[in-house]
Amino acid sequence: MEIYSYSFLILLLPALSFVILALAGMKMSHKTAGLIGTTSLGLVTLLSYCTAFAYFTADRTAEGAFATIVPYNFTWLPLGNLHFDMGILLDPISVMMLIVISTVSLMVHIYSFGYMHGEKGFQRYYAFLSLFTMSMLGLVVATNIFQMYTFWELVGVSSYLLIGFYYPLKPAIAASKKAFIVTRFADMFFLIGILLFGFYAGTFSFDFTVSGDVRAMAGAAFILPTALVLMFIGGAGKSAMFPLHIWLPDAMEGPTPVSALIHAATMVVAGVFQIARMFPLWINYAPEALSIVVWVGVFTAFYAAAVACAQSDIKRVLAFSTISQIAFMMVALGVCLPGHESVIDAHGSLGYMASMFHLFTHAMFKACLFLGAGCIIHAVHSNEMALMGGLRKYMPITHITFLISCLAIAGIPFFSGFSSKDEIISACFQYSPVVGWIMTGIAAMTAFYMFRLYYGIFWGTENKEAHEHHTPHEAPLTMTIPLIVLSVITVGVGVYSTLAGFLGWGGSFGSFVTANGQDYTIHFDTQIAVTSTIIALISIAVATYIYKGEQQPVADRLYKTFPKLHRAAYKRFYQDEIWQYVTHRIIFRCVSTPIAWFDRHVVDGTFNFMAWGANEAGESLRPWQSGDVRQYAVWFLTGAVALTLVLLAL
Amino acid sequence: MFCILAVVIIGSALLCVTTTRIMRAATFMLFVLFGVAGIYFLLDYTYLGAAQISVYAGGVTMIYIFAIQLVSKRTLQGLNEKIKTGRFIRGGLAALVALVVVCLIILKTSFLTIAPDNTELSMEAVGKALVGAGKYEYVLPFEFISLFLLACIIGGLVVARKEEKQS
Amino acid sequence: MIPVEYYFVLSALLFFIGVFGFVTRRNLIAMLISVELVLNAVDINFAAVNRLLYPQGMEGMFMTLFVIGVAAAESAVAIAIIINVYRNFKSDSVDSIKNMKW
Repeated sequence: MEIYSYSFLILLLPALSFVILALAGMKMSHKTAGLIGTTSLGLVTLLSYCTAFAYFTADRTAEGAFATIVPYNFTWLPLGNLHFDMGILLDPISVMMLIVISTVSLMVHIYSFGYMHGEKGFQRYYAFLSLFTMSMLGLVVATNIFQMYTFWELVGVSSYLLIGFYYPLKPAIAASKKAFIVTRFADMFFLIGILLFGFYAGTFSFDFTVSGDVRAMAGAAFILPTALVLMFIGGAGKSAMFPLHIWLPDAMEGPTPVSALIHAATMVVAGVFQIARMFPLWINYAPEALSIVVWVGVFTAFYAAAVACAQSDIKRVLAFSTISQIAFMMVALGVCLPGHESVIDAHGSLGYMASMFHLFTHAMFKACLFLGAGCIIHAVHSNEMALMGGLRKYMPITHITFLISCLAIAGIPFFSGFSSKDEIISACFQYSPVVGWIMTGIAAMTAFYMFRLYYGIFWGTENKEAHEHHTPHEAPLTMTIPLIVLSVITVGVGVYSTLAGFLGWGGSFGSFVTANGQDYTIHFDTQIAVTSTIIALISIAVATYIYKGEQQPVADRLYKTFPKLHRAAYKRFYQDEIWQYVTHRIIFRCVSTPIAWFDRHVVDGTFNFMAWGANEAGESLRPWQSGDVRQYAVWFLTGAVALTLVLLAL
Repeated sequence: MFCILAVVIIGSALLCVTTTRIMRAATFMLFVLFGVAGIYFLLDYTYLGAAQISVYAGGVTMIYIFAIQLVSKRTLQGLNEKIKTGRFIRGGLAALVALVVVCLIILKTSFLTIAPDNTELSMEAVGKALVGAGKYEYVLPFEFISLFLLACIIGGLVVARKEEKQS
Repeated sequence: MIPVEYYFVLSALLFFIGVFGFVTRRNLIAMLISVELVLNAVDINFAAVNRLLYPQGMEGMFMTLFVIGVAAAESAVAIAIIINVYRNFKSDSVDSIKNMKW
């Protein structure tokens, strides 16, 4: 148990490094600042691994689940019956998230040494990275929903700061504001959900075994589902579900390592994590509400995949791919079936395990993809696919790692994405065949657009004139090592889980994280596995046929045949324009303007009037100070007489 | 006797405050002072009356005359002071009201008059009381007032001194 | 025998005439003269109370004596101030002392 008492260091070290770098950063050299940030994060990673090792090798409880350990929980703000606590909760999903966050963050820290080299504000960047890491870690180890909300907001702030890192540029500022406002708007619903939950349940804690409170709340039949759905809306904002996804593509204005860390691996999965955290409540008391989650997820996945097929900026393609994959995770959570008598059934809740597994694998390969994109951008000095092509000759390491990650996301066996995506699709088929086939179709589209991206960058015609001026070169070691590490993880996990799934070995992801904590051995349903593999291979073949060659006649013909469709997809189906219309015409004009008028004229008017009144009173009293002795004497006399009369009367 | 004195006093006072020319005001004040001295003689306070005449009517009036000469050059030369009507009414009203109140109080209260024995207060008694240190005797105020007068003289000198020219 | 009320009424009349004069007049010296009237009214009052109500004591008389002395001193100082005022403001009207006015 010793190791758990050090768990507060996991949060403290990044916080300290943030404070040091924020206050004294400008006085240090770039190297010192980077070293401080990276070392503290290295320690955090080490600590997370030790905690995870201790946690997962400890004895299980009587039901065979992992024990929920709460090393620290203290009351921060008592408010009558409710109280806001701050603490650390260790639980299979939070420990898994600790591993994911610290690993990806460490890789990003190392990578940024090379990527942000020579950038003004290097120290500020590392300070914000530390702030972000701390907030995300705090979010996943939260013991109660309010602590999660606090760190949720902190994460939003860090995201704002990091997206707007290149603040002299207007697009960056606009993007950071957009991200913050959209997520903040969603968080309003989250807060209402929390308040409803806290008011009716009498507690904010995640300790759902305190059954009396929660059951009493469930008695008020629609309150609990409403609160949960409101919280889901908050999560949807953070996780970029339709229609609140608009901020994520624009968030690519930030530096690429930031996109890798925040907008691929960690912050955007906060919404998924929130549902996983509240999962016992969802599955036991609000199973119908889960269908909302499913359909939002399905639609988002389809929409994002469609848009990604037509984007030309490589970071935008990856952004929409992220939206699509997170939608996969949401769908996986939504398709869980309730068990009997509030006992969660591991098989019916296969989606939970699949979702968490996909979260883990997606974080690794998506981060690898983004960091690879960063290397490419660093070499070519541009984001546009049109200026790239044939880079495989110049950047071998980037090429191989990017290819590995693309195979993983496409769902090819022996790469990690296969196992997790397969489990998700199995869970979908369990729920409903319709959803299953739709998700399979979207998986095919995923493979298609990812390979379109891959071929567009590494194959195809070279940009000869640009290459004469400036030959693209392989990235420095600090940037390639993280790529290698992440791909190794992808391949390693992939090989083991594929073999384990087919041969029935234990020790795969299911032994660690399941809905009820019990051990679950993953068996691949052969039918689904083979079908999905074949579909993925077909999609890759189609992409190869269309995009591999030097010229792309098929692509050009398709483009000419469906110009409007392509244009709509390119413009993300005009989603931004719709939002602009709603806010400007409807909200600003009809709601905000009258309120502003009221504020300026009535509220301010009252105070202005009071001030004016006080002024006038003062002005009218001024003549009394006449300096005229005789007048004073008159008043004196009057006062004396009045006093006498009063005394006489009494 | 009293009536005559009363008429003199009140009449002179009224004229004193309503006249526009300063010298006349000073003169009427002199008459008032004489009238008050007469009241003291009527009350058998001979010493007091004498003091009133010598100090007040003699000394103070002289000071005022000299002050008028020093200060009110233009007023003396005929520029008369105009009394504003508004102020007149206001002051008059206030004074009148206060007067009425005070008189009501006086007349409503019943005083226990002890008839005097018509002997005048002897100078010897006054003198003894003035410098005596006994219970009801007045040496302390006497010493104090002498210091006080000294302070006033010095104060008056300091205040009225001409500024030294910077040479 | 003159009733004591007569003396009081006389004193009161003189007092308020003095007050009226103080309030009404503009010339500084005239104001001071009015103040003298007030003081004299008070003296009459003291003397009358002493003689007619408490003839065995002498307090009233001595009070009057000292008031006469103090009044003289005070007039002297006041006149010194007025002379100073005249020097600075070149006017003997009370309206000219306006520095404390808003």
